[in-house]
Amino acid sequence: MLGLSPDEVGILALSLRVALVSVICSLPLAVLVAYGLARFSFPGKTLVDAIVHLPLVLPPVVVGFALLVLFGKHGPIGSALNEWFGIVFAFRWTGAALASALMGFPLMVRAIRLSLEAIDQRLEVAARTLGGSRLWVFASITLPLALPGIITGTLLSFARGLGEFGATITFVSNIPGETQTLPLAIYTFTQVPGGDAQALRLSIIAVVLSIVALATSEWLTRRSERMQGDDRR
Amino acid sequence: MIDVDLDQQLGAFHLAVKFSADAPIVGLFGRSGAGKTSVVNAIAGIARPARGHIRINDVSLFDAAKGIDLPPEERRIGYVFQDALLFPHMDVRSNLLYGQRLRSSADRFVEEARVVELLGLGELLHRKPNTLSGGEKQRVAIGRALLAQPRILLMDEPLAALDIPRKTEILDYIERLRDELSMPIVYVSHSVAEISRLADTVVVLSDGKCIAVGEVDEVMGRLDLRPATGRYEAGSLLETKVVAHDLDDQLTTLAFDGGELIVPRLEAAIGERVRARIRARDVSLATQRPAGISILNVLPGCITAMDMGAGPIVDVQLAVGSTTLNARITRRSLQHLGIHVGQNVYVLVKAVSFDQRSVGYA
Repeated sequence: MLGLSPDEVGILALSLRVALVSVICSLPLAVLVAYGLARFSFPGKTLVDAIVHLPLVLPPVVVGFALLVLFGKHGPIGSALNEWFGIVFAFRWTGAALASALMGFPLMVRAIRLSLEAIDQRLEVAARTLGGSRLWVFASITLPLALPGIITGTLLSFARGLGEFGATITFVSNIPGETQTLPLAIYTFTQVPGGDAQALRLSIIAVVLSIVALATSEWLTRRSERMQGDDRR
Repeated sequence: MIDVDLDQQLGAFHLAVKFSADAPIVGLFGRSGAGKTSVVNAIAGIARPARGHIRINDVSLFDAAKGIDLPPEERRIGYVFQDALLFPHMDVRSNLLYGQRLRSSADRFVEEARVVELLGLGELLHRKPNTLSGGEKQRVAIGRALLAQPRILLMDEPLAALDIPRKTEILDYIERLRDELSMPIVYVSHSVAEISRLADTVVVLSDGKCIAVGEVDEVMGRLDLRPATGRYEAGSLLETKVVAHDLDDQLTTLAFDGGELIVPRLEAAIGERVRARIRARDVSLATQRPAGISILNVLPGCITAMDMGAGPIVDVQLAVGSTTLNARITRRSLQHLGIHVGQNVYVLVKAVSFDQRSVGYA
């Protein structure tokens, strides 16, 4: 496929799967958290805001280590999840997805929160007086108007997930075919003699992937802004 | 029938308003900061009063004592905001249907086709709100509120963001709604011209309190309400009937029980009832019938009251027939002419001082 070896296709597919699953699973929570931070004031709001942003400023290794402690086989959350639902994160691709989701979460929340804050809340009031319940107004007015931010946040988090290295390697190690995503594979090849050519090929793939993701994000954002009748651009 | 009695503390501002009114169009009048929007928000369910009740046509929307507080979506109040607040991501038709789709068909009595026709929206249906002019946006907003099948239409300064030709246009549309849909309307404004043209009953708010309720011409003519109704816009309202058109000179003659008024040509049939507003500053007084003068309207009247105040201006109240008129003249003219209460004078009104906004269908 496109002149790629089966191994490379495998690495690419795994990376895409990890990033995609991480984004899909974290999106609803990110919208919820962004809405809470944008619209309500409650005690401990600053603390919640700080915790959400923590992965952005902490060394990724620390995040990975925290995940290992909490979600590992014997960690308090990891063992409970395993016992009740049979969900295992440790040394699985799902763990890599969890690490990506956590690292991309602040980016997602920030973008969504910004676009929520830009919405004229009187539009929601108008919708309520027209007969819309709180939930319906959220779905029919708030979410569509926040769509540019949701798209941007999702794509940023997706790109962050594709490039995630430190937290992933700390939490789920570097297992070919299971947790060895694109950045981990590139790192591995740079560590073996004569692996430079392979590392270069994979790096080019990473560059192309990032450009495609950014271009898609730009295109989708413009499209959704046009849909909202915003033609300032 | 609208029955409001509420108390609410908003920062340092205390709102304590109590009134009930029953009229096709109830005007809620007051200067900015008088509490008009707070009252409207309480009626719509956007703000919650601390005490009191709100009833529309005997349906309790809010009653603190009985623990009734319907959420905005269940109040069925058609709220038209100052700036139309159309949903930017939907075209005009989706905006119009937003509320209608949320009402069960048993509750529907206003049809989409009727609203589109009444408000002239046919050409706009597939446009996006950002491509509409201010007047068009406001028409769509009114249509959207109507199609949500409201019990009553609440209009909060709906003309404030528009230029004068658009204001006139929307006023015409509002009169059509009242006449053809018999939709009760609460019209909020700080403009005497708009209130006196549209409203039948007016509620005057000042400093968070209701200081007068009553017939528009009676309330707006009262000298003691001047601090709230404003000196500058003082005037009087006449209920008149169209008696003749002069097609050559493009003039219309209106009759009222104090005589006849000549105004610029109106698009109204002979016999139709028309409400005319005369601003006090457009009225001059003479002690003798003047000759060689361009003013067309010269009416005999009698001075009934004077508000001297401290400044250079004096407000004079006159009886012309059984109608009350207000005139605003300078203190110097008053002294020069030696005018006093009980004196018979001639009242002079220029025909051109009547404009589109001051004459409307009653």
